[in-house]
Amino acid sequence: MQHLINILIKTIFVENVIFAFFLGMCSFLAVSKKIKTAFGLGLAVIFVMVLTTPLNYLILRYLLFEGALGWIHPSLASVDLTFLSFILFISTIAGAVQLVEMVVEKFLPALYTSLGIFLPLITVNCSILGASLFMQEREYNFAETTAFSLGAGIGFFLAIVLLAAIRERLRYSNIPEPLQGLGIAMIVTALMGLAFLSFSGIQL
Amino acid sequence: MSTETTPVAVVEEKKKEGLFSKKNLRVLRDPLDDTNPVTVQILGVCSALAVTVQVKPAIIMALGVTVVTAFSNLIISLIRNTIPNRIRIIVQLIVAAMLVTIVDQLLKAYMFDVSKKLSVFVGLIITNCIVMGRLEAFALAQKPWPSFLDGIGNGLGYGIILVIVAVIREVLGSGSVLGFKVVPQWLYDMGYVNNGLMMLPPAALFLIGIFIWWQRSRNRKLINAS
Repeated sequence: MQHLINILIKTIFVENVIFAFFLGMCSFLAVSKKIKTAFGLGLAVIFVMVLTTPLNYLILRYLLFEGALGWIHPSLASVDLTFLSFILFISTIAGAVQLVEMVVEKFLPALYTSLGIFLPLITVNCSILGASLFMQEREYNFAETTAFSLGAGIGFFLAIVLLAAIRERLRYSNIPEPLQGLGIAMIVTALMGLAFLSFSGIQL
Repeated sequence: MSTETTPVAVVEEKKKEGLFSKKNLRVLRDPLDDTNPVTVQILGVCSALAVTVQVKPAIIMALGVTVVTAFSNLIISLIRNTIPNRIRIIVQLIVAAMLVTIVDQLLKAYMFDVSKKLSVFVGLIITNCIVMGRLEAFALAQKPWPSFLDGIGNGLGYGIILVIVAVIREVLGSGSVLGFKVVPQWLYDMGYVNNGLMMLPPAALFLIGIFIWWQRSRNRKLINAS
């Protein structure tokens, strides 16, 4: 149990998806102008992340790994389909996002209108696919994968809300014209990244 | 994908047009500077930053992205009239995923060490916003050949930023380019030290931020672009 909490805290702070790996930077920079929308996108990312990463783990473990297909016929036991992981991962994510969109639209219309365009955009958010690929590379088991995906989602949420808060303040400051907008957002993100580096001293 | 898109160079259709007519060349050249995918369209920043500690992975990554963007643009443009609008995102993702799988397998077969260094970022070309952004904004509405050129142009525009950032980071961070020492020993003897900050992830963000600043003060019409 403690091991899982360690993974959770490590992925939120020490190995934050934004500040350590730059995953999901596109939507991170584009949707961080207002706290409210950033909050909505962050929540949606946590939700989709926790849904798809464990799902992809199951697909990888029971369909793609060498020997995983042995239960169909013994001659399939030596088949290794791991090279198909990209296509299956992205299909799972696209399908799951579509499903979530339909369910939310039907049963939680208020949430649907507040999330608006962000739900479909999550499909192409690098952090979602990135979480699945890290899960494959680091060879997590199912419980670790769940903890990792929750941590990665919360890490993204934290980062985007923090940046949105800073950018709301920046609107009133006197920034050189060519640096306004994207330029200063990059530099602020870099400074926040440096601040988050101080967590790397934590021994877990 | 970014919501802050810039106007795409419009290529008018003509019956007879040379392969390298002026318009086609503009499609190829514009992304290198005026509509650069990274600094102007804000696409593909995700992976642009993480692979730039050294020059070699950056070059490989740039080549990979160029190949994937060009060929996915080509394929989508060829089948653009048969894709139902509702499922176009999934079709685009599958085409991109197929090409990335090929690139990934080639890298694993011939350049295993680079492939290890790039780790998950090869797979992340699928969701690289450049690929999806160009498919949505260009290939779905244009003929195959301009789309192919547009893909190459955007891939190279991305590659240029990547290589510039990587060269600065490698020279200042470890005093070498592509593994060859460029900072002479006597400088170290005089007390010069490598800048550890350049090896850390945030350095790439600083560099790109400064690059955007420089580009926009040089070309002021980009200021209101986003």
